[in-house]
Amino acid sequence: MAFAQSINGGLRRIPAWTIYIVGVIYAGWEFWRALNQMGPYLVEPINVLERSYGEVALILLVAGLAVTPLRKWSGVNLIKFRRAIGVTAFFYVLAHFLVFAILDVQSVSRVWEEIVKRPYVTVGMASFLMLIPLAVTSNNPSIRKMGAGAWRKLHKLAYPAAVLGTIHYLWLVKGFQLEPIIYCVVVLGLIATRYVPWERQRQPA
Amino acid sequence: MAYRWNNTLTKADITPKSAYLNRRQILAGTVGLGAIGLAGGASAQGNMEPNTLEEITSYNNYYEFGTGKNDPAQNAHQLVTSPWSIKVDGMVDRPGDYGLDDLLAGLSVEDRLYRFRCVEAWSMVVPWNGIELADILAKVGVQSGARYVAFETVVQPENMIGVQRRVLDFPYVEGLRLDEAMHPLTIMATGIYDEPLYNQSGAPIRLVVPWKYGFKSIKSIVRITLTDREPPTSWNKANAREYGFYSNVNPNVDHPRWSQATERRIGGGLFASRQDTLMFNGYPEVAPLYAGQDLSVDI
Repeated sequence: MAFAQSINGGLRRIPAWTIYIVGVIYAGWEFWRALNQMGPYLVEPINVLERSYGEVALILLVAGLAVTPLRKWSGVNLIKFRRAIGVTAFFYVLAHFLVFAILDVQSVSRVWEEIVKRPYVTVGMASFLMLIPLAVTSNNPSIRKMGAGAWRKLHKLAYPAAVLGTIHYLWLVKGFQLEPIIYCVVVLGLIATRYVPWERQRQPA
Repeated sequence: MAYRWNNTLTKADITPKSAYLNRRQILAGTVGLGAIGLAGGASAQGNMEPNTLEEITSYNNYYEFGTGKNDPAQNAHQLVTSPWSIKVDGMVDRPGDYGLDDLLAGLSVEDRLYRFRCVEAWSMVVPWNGIELADILAKVGVQSGARYVAFETVVQPENMIGVQRRVLDFPYVEGLRLDEAMHPLTIMATGIYDEPLYNQSGAPIRLVVPWKYGFKSIKSIVRITLTDREPPTSWNKANAREYGFYSNVNPNVDHPRWSQATERRIGGGLFASRQDTLMFNGYPEVAPLYAGQDLSVDI
């Protein structure tokens, strides 16, 4: 576990708020590239930006879910970053939704129609709504006010939210594509680690 | 039989090469497509300002080269397009393996400026160079019992990364009813902007059926079969509920997962607005082909 300890030691020097800074800068950078139609945004920036934000949101949800199993199995402790990872994931889901609503669909009534009529949008929207109370209560006063037990229970909503996010992706692609399947399997696996009993590694005496 | 359909636009209306190569630079600082629409040849067909060659060749669906829109532009250089032969078989008088040049010898290559509407609800305007399919069919001699034309795309597994991933059941196959195939609008394209087709656009020869969703316009064709039975088509095989044999552009029939009422014309940037999708993609002259058919059933 010396390896994990040295990593943890290094991580101690990185403040958690760097996640927020990097998250916001990257989102802004992608928006800037889309605005100027650079790189992958050359031809159809709206759709590409929508997907880019959505995919980062999924990656961050996976990262947030990975914190606990990673600590259990490798000893690497990212727990102090988890709130920032989760809140940044929500920020990207919000950005994804705004690009969808404002730049892509471009009308309130049609956004509503899409949510009601298209199951993959319904599912994505449900995931977004589940993440709102989590984002709002991601602060210490909320934990104190709610009590740790109730707070932890509420934040288990991250599991269905992540699963619905991957279903949303799986449902929107055409044909048999690998990436959404990988996300789905990884998320389900990470959630399963919470429920499948596993042998605690014996420490040498 | 050539020249049975004419653009209201002439060649002079098509953006000169110097301008389409530089349009992005010219555009820098201007907002939206409106200005371009006015600057280009305004016509009864709406905004028919063609997309730039760069746009047309870097945003493609060609799943044999990957599912990302930019994948075909990245990977299609591996496609071997020369020599190229097309097997013509089934209910024809002169079946055989035709070299591309032999098949097209003596036939007229025309300019056709067409709207192109993808099933994914985006669209372009493409200045094709192509030959009426009817002329090619006349050359090989269609027998009286034939009712459909089936097409097949080349498979070069070692050169096509998506074939190995089996996103679809390759080879990609498509088909048309014979009257659709014989319609003057239906062409076999060999070029865009007077340049040979880029590989990602379906080199060296592809179908273009402008009133149908783009996936009907099968690329890099190696086989044409005349038959009396409706041939299987790739997307229909993958998901029959979502992709019908006809797949005519129809704003009134939604894809099960998204609306087909509107589309986004490629090239408008981050703040491009949507526009209404037109019945038969704005080619009402094909409506008689479907007289008596319920197009909400025959999707």
